Amino acid sequence: MNLALLIPLLPFIGFLINGLGFRRIPKSLVGIIGTGAVVASFALVLSLFLNFSGEAQHIPVYDWITVGSLNISFSFQIDQLSLIMMLIITGIGSLIHLYSIGYMHHDEGFGKFFAFLNLFVFFMLLLVMGSNYLVMFIGWEGVGLCSYLLIGFWNQNPSYGYAARKAFVMNRIGDLGFLIGIFLILNQFESLEFASVFPAAAQLSVGDQGIFWITLCLFIGAMGKSAQIPLYTWLPDAMAGPTPVSALIHAATMVTAGIYMIVRSNVLYTLAPDTLHLVAWIALITALLAASIGLFQNDIKKVLAYSTVSQLGYMFLGLGVGAYTSGFFHVMTHAFFKALLFLGAGSVIHAMSNEQDIRYMGGLRKKLPVTFLTFLLGTIAISGIPPFAGFFSKDEILAHVFEHSPLMWGLAVIGSMMTAFYMFRLLFLTFFGEFRGTHEQEHHLHESPFSMTLPLIVLAILSVLGGFLNVPAVLGGSAKLSAYLDPIFAYSKQVNPEAFAETHLDHSTEFMLMGVSVAGAVLAIIFAFVLYVSRKSVPAPDAEITGLPKLVYHKYYIDELYDSLFIKPIQALSRVFYNVTDRLLIDRFGVEGLGNFVRGLSNEFRLLQTGTTSFYVFIMVMGIAAILMYSLRTLIFGN
Amino acid sequence: MIPEVVQTIPLQYYIYLATALFVIGIVGVLTRRNAIIIFMSVELMLNAVNLLLIAFSVYRSDPNGQVFVFFIMAVAAAEVAIGLALIVMIYRNVRSLDIGLLNKLKW
Repeated sequence: MNLALLIPLLPFIGFLINGLGFRRIPKSLVGIIGTGAVVASFALVLSLFLNFSGEAQHIPVYDWITVGSLNISFSFQIDQLSLIMMLIITGIGSLIHLYSIGYMHHDEGFGKFFAFLNLFVFFMLLLVMGSNYLVMFIGWEGVGLCSYLLIGFWNQNPSYGYAARKAFVMNRIGDLGFLIGIFLILNQFESLEFASVFPAAAQLSVGDQGIFWITLCLFIGAMGKSAQIPLYTWLPDAMAGPTPVSALIHAATMVTAGIYMIVRSNVLYTLAPDTLHLVAWIALITALLAASIGLFQNDIKKVLAYSTVSQLGYMFLGLGVGAYTSGFFHVMTHAFFKALLFLGAGSVIHAMSNEQDIRYMGGLRKKLPVTFLTFLLGTIAISGIPPFAGFFSKDEILAHVFEHSPLMWGLAVIGSMMTAFYMFRLLFLTFFGEFRGTHEQEHHLHESPFSMTLPLIVLAILSVLGGFLNVPAVLGGSAKLSAYLDPIFAYSKQVNPEAFAETHLDHSTEFMLMGVSVAGAVLAIIFAFVLYVSRKSVPAPDAEITGLPKLVYHKYYIDELYDSLFIKPIQALSRVFYNVTDRLLIDRFGVEGLGNFVRGLSNEFRLLQTGTTSFYVFIMVMGIAAILMYSLRTLIFGN
Repeated sequence: MIPEVVQTIPLQYYIYLATALFVIGIVGVLTRRNAIIIFMSVELMLNAVNLLLIAFSVYRSDPNGQVFVFFIMAVAAAEVAIGLALIVMIYRNVRSLDIGLLNKLKW
């Protein structure tokens, strides 16, 4: 048996043990089993990674569907791309499991939580390890299920259940697109195996109509899972789930599945420049819109959620301009610092006894030194200050965007300035100034236990150093990640060599671009510092917000727009169908009408059955007489 | 000879008589409430039929009709045996022969 099979199997076994033994297994053991399973997977992935030969490895598990010429196997593919994703999933997954032991310790659903978390890791691994689109789709749906289960984890609260449902439904809309895309691939290539689809696609020419529709449908799937316009509103609501879930699922892994899928299908996208244009513009608008909403949010997790939507926009922007590696690089660094930020936020919420509004925080710097320091590092990383991880990945994307279109670059830089501003606004309001909460909360403030601070520290180190994995040539690096991932893009290069040609930006331009974006970020940070530390202003209570900020604070009323655009008309329509079609046509005249008619008729005939023998005989005689009259009609009436 | 004697009366007269007897029987069955009288009316109907069968048999010179008459007599005798037994049992149970009381066949 291949060791790689154990990688998804271990979390699944963890899920079975904790899921079935939920309530019976002691809490201490639950944490060890749940975390142990993922750590063991991580160890396996690491050994696989270190022994990787460079050749993509195909691991068949069993033949799944064999109908006529169609043959879909359940099999895994180990290559550079899936290995890195597996490292992120199991690595960050391990840290977050560890963190959850501390964070969820007082929760009565502790065992259930770990079971779901393990199940999520299992499905996420299926998603990235699958060697064909169908296995990927199983993982894709599975992570959606786990996301639903975990958002609605505290199911006593109906609004959390509502958020879970919203996430589920919005994802289903995207999944329909993904599924249609898969059918189209099957139709065009008669196979779903990556290993046979991509070489076949490489024979086609750029701009192929069939590929355009395939890529479009796949992108709709990515829109849902990776929260792009117009399917992004579920992600901020998903913050109803426990914080480790936000960190693992809604920042580091699941939401990046869309990017993974597009990077995986890079040759198809390279063949469809129109789709890439669409991807780039949607991504840019998402990035800007989400960042602008983030400017005015007061819920610590909501700020991070909009930041995630915005960062996902940057990743797609990278993909949209054909810079697949850069987009993927940002997936990696974002996984480090956004997981860190969410876990830091969780640590703050833990200390504040479930207070999430930054207007009632402040001055936590001294009480939570480890959380503060790690959160600061994460904030710097996401703001794009060199030499932290976010700087390298974002600037790589920005450089490619500039090459593509200076207008888009300008907009993207504005977005990154907004990112720096709202992140430091969050940091300053939370950790600086005076404490603004209640006395009880102040008395209760404490640094989180070691099981929670250790992941923070590890992630902080990764956030600081992660960028050095892919230092561009202009800064004297060798772009290791790009070189490592190179084989993934072999077919893309064959299809469209120009798009993968060496960058034609000269070094001075690149330095200028970096300078502009760093200067913009620093400016935004200084602005935030003046506003929230020097002037000590605190965002106004909800009722006092007016004008443009009110519009933005309420997320441009997009949820309300969807509500009146889709939900209300559908509800009205279904009411019409219920009242007219169902109750009137079907009930009154259709199924029940027929039944009522028969019942009414038999009610009348029932009265004939008097039980009086003589009456029966009379009827019988009459009947015979009638039959006689009929048979003898010519005799009696003549002709 | 009996056939000649029978044939001295036209066939129509037999038919009229048999019909009259039969209708009397039917009316008896339909109108009377006493089980014994209903029974007698049934016998009357059977005899009307017998009479008709014999008349046709003679006029047609076909002995089959007479054979049927014997059958009907035998069946009627058997029927009387069972029917009377039933009537006796009914009387023992309900102390009446009024068939108006026997409406247990109702829904």
